[in-house]
Amino acid sequence: MVAAKVGSKGKNGTKKKGKFFGEVFIVRERCKGCGFCVEFCPTKVLALDEAMNEKGYHPPIIVNIEACNGCDLCGLYCPDFAIHGIRHRNKEVG
Amino acid sequence: MKADPKGVLTGAHFLDGDHACCEGALAAGCRCAFGYPITPSTEVVERISRRFPMVGGVFLQMEDEIGSSIAIQGAAWGGKKVMTVSSGPGISLMMEHIGLAAMTETPCVFVNVQRGGPSTGLPTLTGQADMMQARWGSHGDYETIAICPNSPQECFDLAIDAFNLAEQYRIPVMFMMDESVGHMTERVVIPEADEIDIVERRYTKKPPSDDYELYALEDDNPFVPPMPPVGEGYRFHVTGLTHDDKGYPAMDAQTQQKLIRRIVDKIRLNADAIAKYEEYQTEDADIILVAYGITSRVVIRTMEMAREKGLKVGVFRPVIVWPFPETRLKELMDQTKAFVVAELNYGQVVLEVERLVAGRAKVVLAGHGGGDIHDPKEILRLVEEVAK
Amino acid sequence: MSKETNKEMNPVEPYLRMDRMPHIWCSGCGIGIVVNCFVRALQKSKVDINKLAVVSGIGCTGRIAGYFKVDSFHTTHGRPIPFATGLKTARPDMNVWVFSGEGDLVSIGGNHFIHAARRNADLKVICVNNFTYAMTGGQVGPTAPLHSIATTAPYGTYDQPFNLPFLAESSGAVYVARWTTFHVRQLVKSMQEIKNKPGFSFLEVIAPCPTIYQRRNRLGDGLAGMRYYKERSKVVNGADTRNVDIKLGGDIIVGKFIDRDRPTQLEAMDQELSHKLGDKYVPYPTGVER
Repeated sequence: MVAAKVGSKGKNGTKKKGKFFGEVFIVRERCKGCGFCVEFCPTKVLALDEAMNEKGYHPPIIVNIEACNGCDLCGLYCPDFAIHGIRHRNKEVG
Repeated sequence: MKADPKGVLTGAHFLDGDHACCEGALAAGCRCAFGYPITPSTEVVERISRRFPMVGGVFLQMEDEIGSSIAIQGAAWGGKKVMTVSSGPGISLMMEHIGLAAMTETPCVFVNVQRGGPSTGLPTLTGQADMMQARWGSHGDYETIAICPNSPQECFDLAIDAFNLAEQYRIPVMFMMDESVGHMTERVVIPEADEIDIVERRYTKKPPSDDYELYALEDDNPFVPPMPPVGEGYRFHVTGLTHDDKGYPAMDAQTQQKLIRRIVDKIRLNADAIAKYEEYQTEDADIILVAYGITSRVVIRTMEMAREKGLKVGVFRPVIVWPFPETRLKELMDQTKAFVVAELNYGQVVLEVERLVAGRAKVVLAGHGGGDIHDPKEILRLVEEVAK
Repeated sequence: MSKETNKEMNPVEPYLRMDRMPHIWCSGCGIGIVVNCFVRALQKSKVDINKLAVVSGIGCTGRIAGYFKVDSFHTTHGRPIPFATGLKTARPDMNVWVFSGEGDLVSIGGNHFIHAARRNADLKVICVNNFTYAMTGGQVGPTAPLHSIATTAPYGTYDQPFNLPFLAESSGAVYVARWTTFHVRQLVKSMQEIKNKPGFSFLEVIAPCPTIYQRRNRLGDGLAGMRYYKERSKVVNGADTRNVDIKLGGDIIVGKFIDRDRPTQLEAMDQELSHKLGDKYVPYPTGVER
């Protein structure tokens, strides 16, 4: 179950508008490609990768991190514990 | 460790076996019981219901015997000494959970006040036909301990042994009363608490950690692992699936063989230490009567009558029937010509005697269908035939 | 717990036996979502995880006990509730949760379910309802909607299914809610609410079973199931539970239906015995304020 956790922050993690910005972490190899995270992300941050993971599933990739507010619905919906979101207050980035 | 005086009703009493069993459980430290009424064991749970609230115990009547037989196991893992009580049909319903207790090594006591069977059979009348069920009634390979008291006094004394053995070996102990013993009222002397030895739960000495192994052996005990306390951070996992030392399910032949070997061996290889039996006039006996429970009292009369007729007859009474007191029986086998096995069934424990004797002496069954007890004269007639 | 975590670690990891991952649940199965929600509820409740136990029966949902890194018990088929009753009786200070499927809890275990609710045993019972015996390959279950297909109902079921909230309410449960795995926020909230609520609390969670139930009934994959829940669920808090039965292809009424109070089993026992026995009563340590 070793897989790089893809964090997205820095310039992609900063939102100019809104109170929050988010980070998303994905463990590609845990994913079983159900698509729940992509479907139910309220700000459409994710898409399914065209490439497959070792198990032969298409895991999510981040396509629009600017829209993420770190609500963690992806984390709540992922039955395989392969993704989660973290919420930050905008002032934290200073 | 000695018994808690709060639960010990010290003094001489006139009790039936069912009530004496309840007092034995209390003396042994049982403060948590679950049950469901069934004749002829109901008096045990009735007395428990009356007595437990006076001594800080709890009894819950469950919806059925299935619930009772697993509620005790939840409570056992919660740290309690526990028992449930039933008879024939109820014990049959409990079988799956006797297997669970064997597999998860959960100390608990199942009291079976045996009645006539199979099925609904003879609810109010006696039987001893559940002995093989007590041994291997649940599916799969395991061993239990089965204890057969023959008097109300023993229903008290041996109930304490039942709890102690359950803790010592972490197994379900079958307390095999019968209706005759359960409903027989006799003098029962309950000693002072400080005269009663109690085996306490053996807890692990290891601290909680991610590496904690639920079934790892400790204290140079090669058979029985200690238990963890619940709620203290061990975060252990108990499963009825075949499991490794960590307690995790492991679906492979190697794990199965290692686990089952140990849970079988912890009883088989300790059979001599567990063995408990009585003998009467076996020193010179040509013929030995083998009997347990109520029937062990009947054959004493047979022995007396046979002795009056000049026949050299003795009695061998396994008090603990499973594991069978094999070593002693084999010793007796060398000096005797025949064993007459009397039991209230048409041949259960006799099979074990035949297996051990293996043709080196005669083995004869004095069978009986249950409902009442043997006439000692009937057994005498068999003895006389064997003596010819 | 939070000290051990870093932000890159999935929030469930400190609560699960990660050495047992990957879990056995299929792609698109909803059971993992219930695990997520439970973990979030625990995080928000600041519960002492050492004083929490998870008990399961047999089946796909029954595997939850094997994955939760708490004192956990994987018992026999249909019997997690009486096991949990025993554990809770022995240790009233423990917070005891039962997770199991509908076949386990209300078919083979149905008698235990109604009686534990009747007595108000202090347990939190989470029933993951996927409408089928999934682990054994899709036999008809006690909540299978009328006319749905199962391996043992190959032409369609003809037995009336249980309406679980109605069953729980009429049996005496003090808290009854139903959510689907789409309703994750509400499910977390319900779990938080029952965490410290004394008595028999019951949550039904409708969950997709794409491999077995949905495939056999041509209901699409896990995502199709989740979309269905999103589109066809109607939140009716306080709904009359008589009217929340589930029909094949029909709406799913979800919400918190019942939230009431009455003495737990051990409280009632304590009250009765202390009233009747007076000084002779030696109270069992129930952990109940006297």
